[in-house]
Amino acid sequence: MAGPRFIVVGGGLAGLMATIKIAEAGHSVDLFSVVPVRRSHSVCAQGGINGAVNIKGENDSPEIHFVDTVRGGDFLADQPLAKAMCYAAPNLIYLMDRMGVPFNRTPEGNLDFRRFGGTLYNRTAFAGATTGQQLLYALDEQVRRYEAEGKVKKYEHWEYLGMVRDDSGACRGIVAVDMRSMAVKAFPADASMLATGGPGLLFGRSTNSMINTGSAATSAYLEGVKYANGEMIQIHPTAIPGEDKLRLMSESARGEGGRVWVPRKKNDSRPAKQIPEAERWYFLEEKYPRYGNLVPRDVATREIFEICVNQGLGLDGKMMVYLDVSHIDRATLDRKLGGILEIYEKFTGVDPHDEPMKIFPAVHYSMGGLWIDYEATADGFINEESPRNHQTNVPGMYASGEVDYQYHGANRLGANSLLSCLYGGLIGGKAMVSYAAARAKSAATAAEGALQAGEKRWEKRFAELAAMNGEENPYRLHKELGEMMNEHVTIVRHNDAMQKVYEKLGEMTQRFSRLGNLDGVGWANQSLLFANQLWNMIELGKVVTLGAIRRDESRGAHYKPAFPKRDDENWLKTTVATYSPGGPVLTYEGVDTSLVAPVARKYD
Amino acid sequence: MPSPSTIELKIKRQDRPGAPSRWEEFSLPYRSDMNVITCLMDVQRNPVTKQGSKTTPVVWDCSCLEEVCGACTMLVNGKVRQSCTALVDQLAQPIRLEPMTKFPVIRDLSVDRQKMFDSLIHIKAWIPIDGTYPLGPGPKLSAAEQQIAYPYSQCMTCGCCMEACPQFNQRSDFIGPAPLGQVKLFNTHPTGRMNAEERIHSVMGAGGISECGNAQNCVEVCPKNVPLTDAIAEVGRQATVQMFKDLFG
Repeated sequence: MAGPRFIVVGGGLAGLMATIKIAEAGHSVDLFSVVPVRRSHSVCAQGGINGAVNIKGENDSPEIHFVDTVRGGDFLADQPLAKAMCYAAPNLIYLMDRMGVPFNRTPEGNLDFRRFGGTLYNRTAFAGATTGQQLLYALDEQVRRYEAEGKVKKYEHWEYLGMVRDDSGACRGIVAVDMRSMAVKAFPADASMLATGGPGLLFGRSTNSMINTGSAATSAYLEGVKYANGEMIQIHPTAIPGEDKLRLMSESARGEGGRVWVPRKKNDSRPAKQIPEAERWYFLEEKYPRYGNLVPRDVATREIFEICVNQGLGLDGKMMVYLDVSHIDRATLDRKLGGILEIYEKFTGVDPHDEPMKIFPAVHYSMGGLWIDYEATADGFINEESPRNHQTNVPGMYASGEVDYQYHGANRLGANSLLSCLYGGLIGGKAMVSYAAARAKSAATAAEGALQAGEKRWEKRFAELAAMNGEENPYRLHKELGEMMNEHVTIVRHNDAMQKVYEKLGEMTQRFSRLGNLDGVGWANQSLLFANQLWNMIELGKVVTLGAIRRDESRGAHYKPAFPKRDDENWLKTTVATYSPGGPVLTYEGVDTSLVAPVARKYD
Repeated sequence: MPSPSTIELKIKRQDRPGAPSRWEEFSLPYRSDMNVITCLMDVQRNPVTKQGSKTTPVVWDCSCLEEVCGACTMLVNGKVRQSCTALVDQLAQPIRLEPMTKFPVIRDLSVDRQKMFDSLIHIKAWIPIDGTYPLGPGPKLSAAEQQIAYPYSQCMTCGCCMEACPQFNQRSDFIGPAPLGQVKLFNTHPTGRMNAEERIHSVMGAGGISECGNAQNCVEVCPKNVPLTDAIAEVGRQATVQMFKDLFG
């Protein structure tokens, strides 16, 4: 008798970790990805991964890491998951070390740790400034080992389209499209997982990869999976401007001593190096003497906005400030930050060893995502054997990684994302095994009708898209969408402007019906796939914008000048969006704050 | 030098594997700070050739756009490189874009590099850990050893070195430089070393290290400066030692 079947969609840290846990339990996994998994967006993470290993004699502990995490998230995170993640972190870092990740070392040969935002401890393990790449490769290699054993079958260059659900409503597989042959096919599974990352492309240009459309998650939402805290979008304070994308300049640049400043004088036209120390304003260090340049990202980003937009001190009159590492010696910079400084130089032609970098805030990460469940233990940890962990409201459909809404509340701390991806993939994969073990029937036989219907539905959808012959160009429409979202639904949010955005999103749905299919070649038709993704981006835009309009307070990354304070009495709750044809229906549920009572968030 | 008002592009197009190729020209409005990717995005938004005829958007692979995912390799003005770091202001015009020649074309500038990933299976490019359960930290490693391993671990399977290697082509079964760098990486790691012999055997014989012609093109074109020729020399030494061991026990 064939064993249970498993599907994992997405081959970043979360998806690969889940795949490994399922394969390790002795099962076979079908792994889907729009790119070879080794190219997944986890590869872009730079600075490091948090874990309170306490290597520097600072008396750091997982408990302090946990408190930093929930405080960093402005108390919107369900605490048991955040706690369990922080306690698991040291072992996860050790595991990655055993897999061969070339972490930087101390003189004694131990793992080295550096400081990151939102904490006072050296808690971040790192491999140069390409930590995400190194972690991703290590997992990719372990998965390849299972692939060689026949335990993992990869479907690379396949894109997830939708769920297959049986009469009981349970997810029994997925429908995906071969991005080359354009063939649509349904695949059965007892348990499936979306580990498809964040939706940066909704904002046009962001620090995200071009594959981060959020399309898979949105499709799941359109088919009944709840989407939580969509309005919580992290804007990273330090990115490199670019026409095609905004490239991240890692927080580790500040962790290693980088300083943020602007000239005290407005429109100072002198080159940075000629501006004397006394005429530079290190505004983060001045305003936040304890955390300095390492305040959490939401705080740093708002300060940059304040300095540049409200006080008009931005470089070249723009929302741009200096990030200066030129006072740090070259050898140290190369050893600890090499990769990212090289990228800055390649794209700007300026060597940051010598000149301060010009950086500005950019959309970076979605704390919100697919709603998932968990099972806490009496002492506030997670029962890792429970099939509920990381399961969406649709039985048999799981979500892990940036695509889920847990762990980070209203603002994620730097170097916690790689951690949450690993931990979420780990317990999510285990939960899928538990879930499948509890089921009697094999999906292949019981859901045949639903599989065929799913395949037909998506074949029809793609035939409709291919037949579109209107005047709207999907790429131009996407550019408009991104610019609008970026301007009005990011750092500073006003209800009237967002209301207009929400109406425009409705208009964009109308305009979508006048799209033209740009490509009549029935092979590797990227623009047809993009049209499908664009539809989903518009729908997700509605979730993000409406969530932001409704939440009349300021919390973490979500900031409204009209409601400048956190309002625990009314808004210490999770936004939960459920799809309806008339627009997202928002409901609210309580946050588990049973372990650390919410207090005012101060970093000065 | 005054900025040009347009960017002239010549792109080699091919609709599907085996289909004939053709050149198309595009003339785009110049903006500062453009790279090849922004040019291709402009064409997506207005897929019309220089001659004014409607065409399809260009198909190409890209993802991170910051030269760490390895996806967007192509020939830019005849030189293999990542297109995201190919800045228009540093390129002679017309800018010629072509797919790599050593891999089968999927469509336009997109090629199939599966062979590189298959090679990673062939050479067993992984650390054979006992399991993912907690077993404490990995082996201690000096900072110096870490600094030796790290550059090899930045190989992003982009294919530049394979394209530039005269020995790697459709007529030969040479495994190519990138996987040899990974043999070095895994044979350097204290745990990976336990399977060093197996890994060395996988690159001995037909298609193996002995087919390297020492042209040293690989290290020239590597966007991440992976010291591939050092790796090839080291793996070559390991293979020679292994050959004698195999002969004389």
